[in-house]
Amino acid sequence: MPRGLRLEARGIRHAYRDLTVLDGIDLAAEPGQVLVLIGPSGCGKSTLLSILGGMLRPSAGVVLQSGEVAAGCLNPLTYVFQDFALLPWRTVAGNVALALEGAGLPRAARASRVQEMLALTGLSAFAGAWPRQLSGGMRQRVGIARALAVRPACLLMDEPLSALDAQTRDVLADEFAALIARAGTTTVYVTHNLREAVRLGHRIAVLSRRPGRVREIVAIDRPLSGRNMADPDLLRIEAALWALMRDDAAAAAREVSDASA
Amino acid sequence: MPPPDGSGAERPVPFRGGGFAPHARPLLGAATLVVLVALWQAGAMAGLIPRLFLPAPAAVAAALYNLALSGQLWLQMSASLARLAGGWSLGTLAGLLVGLAAGLFTLARSPSLSVVAALFPIPKIALVPLFIIWFGIGEGSKIATIALGVFFPTVIATVGAVDGVPRNLIRMGQSFGLSRAAIVAKIVLPGALPGILTGFRVTAAIAIILLVAAEMIGAERGIGAFVLAAGNLYDTPALLAGIVVLSVLGLLVSWLIGRLERWLLAWR
Repeated sequence: MPRGLRLEARGIRHAYRDLTVLDGIDLAAEPGQVLVLIGPSGCGKSTLLSILGGMLRPSAGVVLQSGEVAAGCLNPLTYVFQDFALLPWRTVAGNVALALEGAGLPRAARASRVQEMLALTGLSAFAGAWPRQLSGGMRQRVGIARALAVRPACLLMDEPLSALDAQTRDVLADEFAALIARAGTTTVYVTHNLREAVRLGHRIAVLSRRPGRVREIVAIDRPLSGRNMADPDLLRIEAALWALMRDDAAAAAREVSDASA
Repeated sequence: MPPPDGSGAERPVPFRGGGFAPHARPLLGAATLVVLVALWQAGAMAGLIPRLFLPAPAAVAAALYNLALSGQLWLQMSASLARLAGGWSLGTLAGLLVGLAAGLFTLARSPSLSVVAALFPIPKIALVPLFIIWFGIGEGSKIATIALGVFFPTVIATVGAVDGVPRNLIRMGQSFGLSRAAIVAKIVLPGALPGILTGFRVTAAIAIILLVAAEMIGAERGIGAFVLAAGNLYDTPALLAGIVVLSVLGLLVSWLIGRLERWLLAWR
């Protein structure tokens, strides 16, 4: 049996007052796999991610977790945030150490874990830097180091690359793929970027326009490490995903512009 | 737009992006003060300014020198500083506790904010006679006046600062399983600190105003009492010397808070 946690959403519905954003969501993130959630703006991807990690109580339905949580895991369901959510008054090392404090780790073990995570994410030289001194890509590396430091059983990544420029996004997507493949952590990854979805997903759940429902699940049977984005099969999947989403995305864009008019 | 001569000739693009970026020029500020004092001195020496109404800066400096030499300056200052430190600390501590409670707990928020809204607008100087009845003419009434004057703005600044802590940081703390106490200590308090320190600047100024007012109403010693006594005797050089001391005290407090900000907010 693959290691890691299985996370399953059953019959999830969520509404903000009269506005139903998610309806009838049945979906599972399998152990050691990356489940990508894509869909048009406002389809409830981030809401679903908040519900999956227990940060938002759904209007109906339940989220169940099962499977193995490795010894030493300090926070089974761990988020990586779109806006990085770094504490500006803590250094890079201080941010990575945040979730280790109060976890009962001896000081030396904590420091060694922080060093290990900084080395893993290429941040060793920036341990004493303030977040404001870092580029967006570096800040998100800190977010990843902080998340991996707690040895999560499941990573919940909310558009972690959307605030970055295209080149940094590509570089970090490759790094994420390598880190996730190496750790074998169950991951739920929200994005609106189809290239990212195809680069990182084992299974891609396409959500419909609001209220978000699972329209289709596309599986990609290729290991994460070594995926070549010029591969015709992957390009075909990307095109198929876009075909699934295009009408909804256009309608959602019209909705947004109508609302702002 | 065509050039005025209508020729369409090659011409440089005019620069339009300057201004709206004032810079600090500390030397210019100091020079302004020096020039004003020099003009004041020249006016007094030329007989343009009546010495009884506004003594020359040299006379004020001499009065200050004599005060320092006689030990009077320290005698008055020490009394005022003790009241200022006691009143400000008490009001700040209570204000921080109530402000944090109102910023963090639903049960504390509405009751405390409604009390603050009702009592904050009352001029605290008007309460000095009441405090004299309650706490006596001694130190208690003066410290209570300063503490109350400091308390309300501290509550307001603290609630605002706690409300201003980015919600996403608190959610991040929750998502990592941090305890409520850890979130307060590691996220809310450091996040609120800039707003709280800004509040300190305001409350320090309020504390000095109330200190002088309270000392003028009922005190034997203290800068406020000294200024009042000098005024009663038409000793305007001594009166102005007392005012200079208050100005220096204000500057000193502001400098100290600035140092505190630089130390605690080095990350900004």
